[in-house]
Amino acid sequence: MKDCRLWRVVAVLALAGELAGADFTRDIAPVLTTRCSECHGPDQQKAGLRLDSRAAALQGGKSGKPALVPGRPEQSELFRRVTTTDRDEAMPPKGDRLRPEQIAALKAWIEAGADWPENDPRRHWAFIPPQRPEPPAVKNRRWVRNPIDAFVLARLEREGLHPSPPADRVTLIRRLSLDLIGLPPTPAEVDAFLADPAPDAYERLVERLLASPHYGEKWGRHWLDAARYADTNGYEKDQPRTIWPYRDWVIHAFNRDLPFDQFTIDQLAGDLLPDATDDQVIATGFLRNSMYNEEGGVDPEQFRVDAIVDRVDTIGKAFLGLTLACAQCHSHKYDPISQREYYRFFAFLNNDDEPDFEVLTPEQRAKRRALLEEAAALEREALRADPALPARLAAWEDAARTAPGHWTVLKPDDWHGQPGVKLELMSDHSLIALAHNPGEATYVVTFRPGLSNLTALRLEAIPHPNQRAGGPGRSENGNFVLSELTVTLATHRDDESLERRVPLRRATASFEQPGFPVAAAIDGTVTNRTGWAIDAGPHRRGQPQQAVFELAEPLTVPTNLVLRLKLEHKYGGAHVLGRFRIAVTTDSPPAPADPVPPAVRALLAKPREARSEAEQLAIFRHYRTTDTNLAALNARIDALFKDWPTGPRTLVLTNRVEDRRITRIFARGDFKRPTEPVTPGFPEVLLPARALAARSTGVDREVPGGGLEAGEPGREAGSGPATRLDLARWIVSPENPLTARVIMNRVWQVYFGEGLVRTPEDFGTRADPPTHPELLDWLATEFVQRGWSLKAMHRLIVTSATYRQSSRLTPELRERDPYNRLLARAARFRVEAETVRDIALAASGLLSLKIGGPSIFPPIPDGVLSLGYGAPMEWKVSPGEDKYRRGLYVFWKRTVPYPSLLVFDAPNADFGCVRRVRSNTPLQALTTLNDAVFHEAAQALALRVVREGGPTERARAVYAFRRCTCRRPSAPELEALLRFVAEQRAYFEDRTAAAVRVAAADPANPPADVNLHAVAAWTLAARVLLNLDETLTRE
Amino acid sequence: MNPTQEYLKLITRRQFFRDCGTGLGTLALASLLNPELFGSGTGAPAPADPTLPRPPHFAPKAKHVIYLHMAGAPSQLDLFDYKPRLNELDGQRVPESLIQGERFAFIKGVPRVLGSPHRFARHGRSGQEISSVLPHLAEIADDICIVRSMRTDQFNHAPAQLFVHTGSPRLGRPSMGSWISYGLGSECRDLPGFVVLVSGKNGPDGGTSLWGSGFLPTVHQGVPLRSKGDPVLFLSNPDGMDRALRRQTLDTLEILNRETFQRVGDPEIVTRIAQFEMAYRMQASVPELMDLSREPAAIHEMYGSEPGKSGFANNCLLARRLVEKGVRFVQLYHWGWDSHGDMKENDLRYGFVDRCRETDRPAAALVKDLKQRGLLDSTLVIWGGEFGRTPMNEARNKDGWIGRDHHPHAFSIWMAGGGIRPGITWGATDELGYFVTENPVHVHDLQATILHCLGLDHTRLTYRFQGRDFRLTDVHGEVVKGILA
Repeated sequence: MKDCRLWRVVAVLALAGELAGADFTRDIAPVLTTRCSECHGPDQQKAGLRLDSRAAALQGGKSGKPALVPGRPEQSELFRRVTTTDRDEAMPPKGDRLRPEQIAALKAWIEAGADWPENDPRRHWAFIPPQRPEPPAVKNRRWVRNPIDAFVLARLEREGLHPSPPADRVTLIRRLSLDLIGLPPTPAEVDAFLADPAPDAYERLVERLLASPHYGEKWGRHWLDAARYADTNGYEKDQPRTIWPYRDWVIHAFNRDLPFDQFTIDQLAGDLLPDATDDQVIATGFLRNSMYNEEGGVDPEQFRVDAIVDRVDTIGKAFLGLTLACAQCHSHKYDPISQREYYRFFAFLNNDDEPDFEVLTPEQRAKRRALLEEAAALEREALRADPALPARLAAWEDAARTAPGHWTVLKPDDWHGQPGVKLELMSDHSLIALAHNPGEATYVVTFRPGLSNLTALRLEAIPHPNQRAGGPGRSENGNFVLSELTVTLATHRDDESLERRVPLRRATASFEQPGFPVAAAIDGTVTNRTGWAIDAGPHRRGQPQQAVFELAEPLTVPTNLVLRLKLEHKYGGAHVLGRFRIAVTTDSPPAPADPVPPAVRALLAKPREARSEAEQLAIFRHYRTTDTNLAALNARIDALFKDWPTGPRTLVLTNRVEDRRITRIFARGDFKRPTEPVTPGFPEVLLPARALAARSTGVDREVPGGGLEAGEPGREAGSGPATRLDLARWIVSPENPLTARVIMNRVWQVYFGEGLVRTPEDFGTRADPPTHPELLDWLATEFVQRGWSLKAMHRLIVTSATYRQSSRLTPELRERDPYNRLLARAARFRVEAETVRDIALAASGLLSLKIGGPSIFPPIPDGVLSLGYGAPMEWKVSPGEDKYRRGLYVFWKRTVPYPSLLVFDAPNADFGCVRRVRSNTPLQALTTLNDAVFHEAAQALALRVVREGGPTERARAVYAFRRCTCRRPSAPELEALLRFVAEQRAYFEDRTAAAVRVAAADPANPPADVNLHAVAAWTLAARVLLNLDETLTRE
Repeated sequence: MNPTQEYLKLITRRQFFRDCGTGLGTLALASLLNPELFGSGTGAPAPADPTLPRPPHFAPKAKHVIYLHMAGAPSQLDLFDYKPRLNELDGQRVPESLIQGERFAFIKGVPRVLGSPHRFARHGRSGQEISSVLPHLAEIADDICIVRSMRTDQFNHAPAQLFVHTGSPRLGRPSMGSWISYGLGSECRDLPGFVVLVSGKNGPDGGTSLWGSGFLPTVHQGVPLRSKGDPVLFLSNPDGMDRALRRQTLDTLEILNRETFQRVGDPEIVTRIAQFEMAYRMQASVPELMDLSREPAAIHEMYGSEPGKSGFANNCLLARRLVEKGVRFVQLYHWGWDSHGDMKENDLRYGFVDRCRETDRPAAALVKDLKQRGLLDSTLVIWGGEFGRTPMNEARNKDGWIGRDHHPHAFSIWMAGGGIRPGITWGATDELGYFVTENPVHVHDLQATILHCLGLDHTRLTYRFQGRDFRLTDVHGEVVKGILA
């Protein structure tokens, strides 16, 4: 309670304005942190001096002179150094001298006693878990509907202010609808509410809206801001990506009120949960919303690291309200987060692969199961039907038990990809191509084999989760076409003029796609037509394959020469190897490529009696493709698999298995300057005392192997390396002081225009304290008590008296509280970008209420897409009702965002956004007046008005006004509108051609059942109404 | 007169405030006229128009900026930084020590030195060295300052362009024009304060983020004036609607919005009415601005521009017209300088020369024209790319085309006008043009210098976001005093 009172005082002071004189926090701390602490702070203590605490400053550095002598600027070394004219002594040594006003402030501050509030950041309010406060006593108890009101009213009463009267019922239903489902109510819904005399009419309305499937769209969109959702990869190429299944997941998660703790865990680590469902894997798309640079010539590692940085930043913003990114280059200047802690956090996210995950409907999944069953039944039937078959199979098994030949994998000495493809060497000596993915590519790999009598080379094409569809190729379905393999001997790794071609005699492959035999890869023609490809159909993708190339004669590589392989891919469409490895043999003759897939080979290694029926059948499944007697069976099964259903592939995360990374601190945040290694861990300041106590007894700060210490939430000592799942569980641990507060603050922000903490992205020591600290803590604890149910909290907030107030700004409130910090009225603000669109479409009746699915393409002005680099992406306007779907489904291209949403401050999705700005610009006015979408809405609304609005212009005016604002116009409003319509009618009376052009979306086929002069006049009137401040505003 | 004042005059005439109660009216008036009155560091929306002119930190030299960005990064070694040694060593491998630990975008192995296929000569009284492919620029050698010692941290196009224009290689930071709009506001009330003109086959690699406002209010973002379709998106009225109809529409809209204002008292409504009026004025001013047909033939001859066409020449002429109207920051992009030598279009003897031909005359004409109109003193013109190019031939396909790979360690730009010393060459590189050896100018230094010319201290032009005061120059940047007039 003491703390709460303190914050109240601080908040009042903040409201009262700035204090006179030099203030440490305002005037002194910024100078020290920006100009001194780099050399005299937590990271470095030049000359033994620290200037980040009063005690250290009083003590001084190696010189023995105190940096600070309270009351005596002239004796304070700090003051002397910043004012001296002696160049050798002047501080700061680099950059400009301090400005006169900074020096004056320092002087005044030291003279006044150098008050340095002992701001132990551990005592910062946001780092102390919320304690549940009792709702305070208030005088006007009748106003209080629930505890929220008690907190708000107590404050108002202290300030001598009264709450505003409740808003009228029309305003309330429009406010509630816009807030809960993002759509305005229909006139019928308004009428029903107005006519409902029951005392619980309002509460039932709330329940109806919370149960609406559009609730998930509205609140999901807020979350998508934080999740930086977009439909393209960003940067120069900005290619489309498929991640809308994640958006669907978000919408449905809100609709089913998935408890927020589970919501968090699924998104950060759904893939790591035992028995993870498809949904939980899809949820990890949250982290995959990072950008990805495919520009030619980029270093994949640079942008991989950037993506992790982005993920840390996003988690900091979305869940913790912490500006973690500040600690990427140096320890945080304001909050107690060291650079080391930043990289420990980073380490949680640094060992993932980034696959695309095929999303199937339950029906498709069942269909796949059925097909496999059917195929298995046919296989069993065949085994039964032919008595000789089991013996043939057994003989084949015996012969195939060991892989043919003796192969030595070679480690490449030098490699490069063109154009601008960067290959990375993996620990198994394979090379993997990441980032830039051109249509065609050539790889050149050089070896110093130190081997003689080579008779053949083996090329393995190896799948990897980081390739599209899992590889091994880089095309959309994981295929590649090796147009030509050339083997040469050369004197230098980079000199092509001194090369000798090594002739190849014959090639074999584990699998050849019809029309793309491996022989075509050594036929001497490098064209886009011939080559070796491996696609075996949708049900057998993502498999490793291999090819063996026999040398025309045994080769010994002289010690002064190198062996060079050139792999050319000319087919186009990124039919390029994604990961490959080279081996050699001296066997004579060399064995052909092993046709048995590794998975089958693993089964063959098992004794026959130890295999299950399914395993034995899996062996047969491969065998039958080799047995010409079974051609009919194979054909039947192949025919079956023609119906193999496939789904879209959405971006997800999985735990990295191969080549796990060691996270290191990057000096100055530069990925090219890795320093000491760190293991995953949480920022200390956020850990409960218990965990710290356990930690202080240990010698090591980290358990070898990356385990977290005993006592940290959710962990037992020695339970293996910490994972994203630990991170997720810690974030929603009840002991985490931030998460519940941060989420409640953002919910509050949606309803009241501003959060209780004005900086929802930053709850750190530099942020303004909450306007109502006790209310925030009450909401946070209530949220956890109610099982992290967001719907429960929405219900609570919107049924409060605070929420139901009028938003009218009286002269008194304008003077006393222009920013509504005290909540003596409801908020009034222009709706979000998507809702601007949705309102226009809803008012006109064009809106499609279809939920979920791929993004849509509304009309976009010509030329907009060519503002980005490269050929403008295809933007085929969605057909039918899709064109009129809600704003949140509009395809979001990062480098060229949809202009009508961007202009209304939709975030560009480069980074997570937890607070949209609300601008008010002339370009917005042009958009709602002239954008084809809005004009079409005006035409559609006019048509409805004329058809359904009633027989008189007066009735029509009321109808049209209600469709836009929900309320009836006042007398002056009605008159103004009618006058305008009459003027337009007169204007169009003898201008039929113009009337048709204005009235009809398709002037060649205007509607026949209406007076087009009337529709034209009403189209103009509809434009006025759709552009009203009130139409675009939630009151 | 700014739109708010204009609007207030308008509504005063209509005795608006008499109707709506003195207390409220006066308060709204006060807040509109004085943006600082309700200014707040907490992010609460200030009800005032954030584009109103604001005083600089100190007396400025320049009031306007025209930035000619040559997207793709032109080769400094073939334009401004003459290196005879490259021609002597042409075709020889560079020492491996030089490229040890270097990352290249496309070069592989040990590349060979590439001499310039173009000749250099000294021009003007200042004797500036300029390549023969820029004959028009050579004529104004005494008016420009060539900086040969530019450096950057980035060597891929999109990040490097973002770095030049936002101070950060990542997306999401405000661009220079937005910072300047935020710092100084706009003096032009019927055009946006920050305008973007794009020419060439492609847009710049960094996309619209290059003129995005990042975390600054979106009112500061650059507005592209397009050469096809509506010059400003949604500028023209829907079909069948003329300006008189539009006026009536706005009048009715205003009457209704005024009713709402009286009822609820929200000053945002007054701002919205003003923005609709500004939009109305833009509908007249922008087409007038874009109409080059009234420019005299001699001017078209000078620029190489042509009414009704699009391209860099027209954009240079438009830039001058925009500055005449008081627009603060005009950003041009011209694409096609990525001279890798992987095809004829990117060969230093072909496509590169075409780019020079497209840009040389208009860019020089712009400086001459500003000068003859007395505008050069108050307008800072900058010409440059996002990084430099290697002294080595990339020889990607070994097919005989010549070109250079991306190079972050040294490149050249030129500047002219507002606050810049004319007729000097600043900085130097080593004999291969690989590293800067004298007076290095980092991208952040250039940004600090541009702000300085406008009277802004780059360390004081800050915006609080996520608990930190952000700057265009991050935590870096020194004003290059040696090139100031």
